[in-house]
Amino acid sequence: MSLTVTDLKVYYRTLKGEVKALDGISFSVADNEILGLAGESGCGKTTLGKGLIRMDGRMKHIGGTVELDGETLPIGDDARMNPYRFHKVSLIPQYSMSAMNPTRKIGKMVGELVRSRGVKLDRDELHARLDQVSLPREVLDRYPIELSGGMKQRMVMVISTLLNPSLLIADEITSALDVSTQKAVAKALVGFRDAGFVKSMIFITHDISLTYQIADTIMVMYAGKLAEKAPAHTIVSAPRHPYAQLLINSLPEVGVRYADKRLSGIPGSPPSLLDPPSGCRFRDRCPLAFAKCAEEEPPAVEVEPDHFVACWKA
Amino acid sequence: MLELHDVTKVYKVGAFGGKTMTAVDGVSFDVGTGEVVSLIGESGSGKTTIGRMILGLTSLTSGSITLDGAPVKPGKAYYRSVQGVFQDPFSSYNPVFKADRVLRMIKEQYFPSVPDWDDRVEEALAAVRLNPGQVLDKFPHQLSGGQLQRLLIARALLLEIKLLVADEITSMLDASTRIDVLNLLADLKARGLGVLYITHDLSLGNYLAERTVVLRHGTVVEMGLTEKVFGDPLHPYTRQLLSAVPRLGSPWEEAAPADGCLYHQKGATGRLLAADEGHFVACAGLDDCGGPAA
Ligand SMILES: Nc1ncnc2c1ncn2[C@@H]1O[C@H](COP(=O)(O)OP(=O)(O)OP(=O)(O)O)[C@@H](O)[C@H]1O
Ligand SMILES: Nc1ncnc2c1ncn2[C@@H]1O[C@H](COP(=O)(O)OP(=O)(O)O)[C@@H](O)[C@H]1O
Ligand code: SF4
Ligand SMILES: [Mg+2]
Ligand SMILES: [Mg+2]
Repeated sequence: MSLTVTDLKVYYRTLKGEVKALDGISFSVADNEILGLAGESGCGKTTLGKGLIRMDGRMKHIGGTVELDGETLPIGDDARMNPYRFHKVSLIPQYSMSAMNPTRKIGKMVGELVRSRGVKLDRDELHARLDQVSLPREVLDRYPIELSGGMKQRMVMVISTLLNPSLLIADEITSALDVSTQKAVAKALVGFRDAGFVKSMIFITHDISLTYQIADTIMVMYAGKLAEKAPAHTIVSAPRHPYAQLLINSLPEVGVRYADKRLSGIPGSPPSLLDPPSGCRFRDRCPLAFAKCAEEEPPAVEVEPDHFVACWKA
Repeated sequence: MLELHDVTKVYKVGAFGGKTMTAVDGVSFDVGTGEVVSLIGESGSGKTTIGRMILGLTSLTSGSITLDGAPVKPGKAYYRSVQGVFQDPFSSYNPVFKADRVLRMIKEQYFPSVPDWDDRVEEALAAVRLNPGQVLDKFPHQLSGGQLQRLLIARALLLEIKLLVADEITSMLDASTRIDVLNLLADLKARGLGVLYITHDLSLGNYLAERTVVLRHGTVVEMGLTEKVFGDPLHPYTRQLLSAVPRLGSPWEEAAPADGCLYHQKGATGRLLAADEGHFVACAGLDDCGGPAA
């Protein structure tokens, strides 16, 4: 078992109070598994990703544990987390494309970064990995600004996996790319897993059709909690949580036209996490809600092997 | 309404502008009143450059762009008819202004004497499904990408424009919000708004647009009625793009091989061949067709 997260709670401190962005989530990711993380904007995907590697100053670890390869990660302690970053866990953040230092040539930057982690740069290995993602070696002599979006994204992937971390978290790394580049980047991620550069992966995106192409398992989150987690084809073909069902149904497929069939988003919006509702957090948007949903929070239940659903009606 | 005729843009690149780069090469198409035309193509194909030229933010190297017969003339009058919303909302929005200030600036610049301004703001925000209380007293970095994108659309709507240039406006949105924004554009279209919908997401372009223009390396390789371009793609590049679209429930396949160059098969000589009514295709530049590369 590569990663085991148990009842993890991470809140944001704000002037108005605590934003309960991640409020008791439990799941695990096996060796060689790619877990796709889906859910509307603001449901806590990025918070979860950051919580596993680097919390920002306003985030607070309230409770729960994260275990990676049998070791408990000191996620609430920035300094003690440091030895794990890059070596054991790596994150490719949302908008990472513009985060590369623009004044340094890429090769120089990679060297400095690896050295700062106390490791000597293995040039041959670096070249082999550039080959793997079809980047010419000359990119090392160029500045980040000279690379196209897809090239930058592949470069960031190579850098963040250079030390063979156990877990790679990729947060919306393909949303700004065109379909062909998106496909190349997504396939490169799978290639990294197959080559053993990373053991397991959490792939965050709002594009469920894309997640479906590369993830083994998909976890749908809602308002800081797990709604449903199951093998990718199960989530797509037979989702059991009402939210997962609505989310899947709101996707336009090539072939569906506005003139023929008006798709609908999910009415309403996610609740404020400053003061989340009692019981099931989805209840004010749920077509199936009944009295119990307001009183008691539905636990995540394993309805069949590897298929978890948190809903009283599932 | 909007007409592009043989539009070309050559950028000077390199130190001292010694080299040139043709970003857009002889592009012609039009957008009618109440029509959505989607412009698709991969990164770097020139989509944004075309959008910027329509908005008068970049000059044309040659060719012409006209709105109701008159050439693009950046200025107050033009921007009351044409507005753009861009890819990266964080860059097109001055980070030091709060949302209400940004909307008030529109009033000061364009509508100094409208009495029921607040109602109009509320209406525009409602049209993009934003709750005024949620956004108005916030700085851009305090809004999510999706909220900001919708705020910018609301700003454009306040002007009661004729044409909206929407450049990758949905790439930052989650699936549910994306559909809301697309349905919103469809409603506005029904009220007569013309939209140039620039995207790399083919399923979204297909959902909304009457006509589709496929751009590659600055030239149009295929264009026409959306159901023809998507239902019966004739250019190998269009087929390749379509095969890269991730589909729910069916794993990626590789692009179907091109069966020769349709353009030359039919013995055409012009730049774009009418393959069918309302469906045009360019030379694919295949090894055996001997024609000019697309
Ligand atoms: N100001 C500029 N100076 C030089 N070259 C430019 C400039 N703006 C764009 N280009 C070049 O023109 C081409 C088309 O760029 P454009 O940004 O219009 O493409 P795009 O299709 O919108 O791509 P994306 O999907 O990445 O936004 C690219 O090769 C780009 O590098
Ligand atoms: N710096 C912050 N301060 C306060 N609240 C925040 C901050 N960042 C995120 N949040 C809140 O935490 C929740 C989850 O956010 P996030 O992890 O960014 O979600 P996602 O990645 O799914 O869009 C949202 O309600 C969001 O408003
Ligand atoms: S627990 Fe109740 S409100 Fe929540 S998803 Fe299930 S039926 Fe709907
Ligand atoms: Mg996020
Ligand atoms: Mg662009």
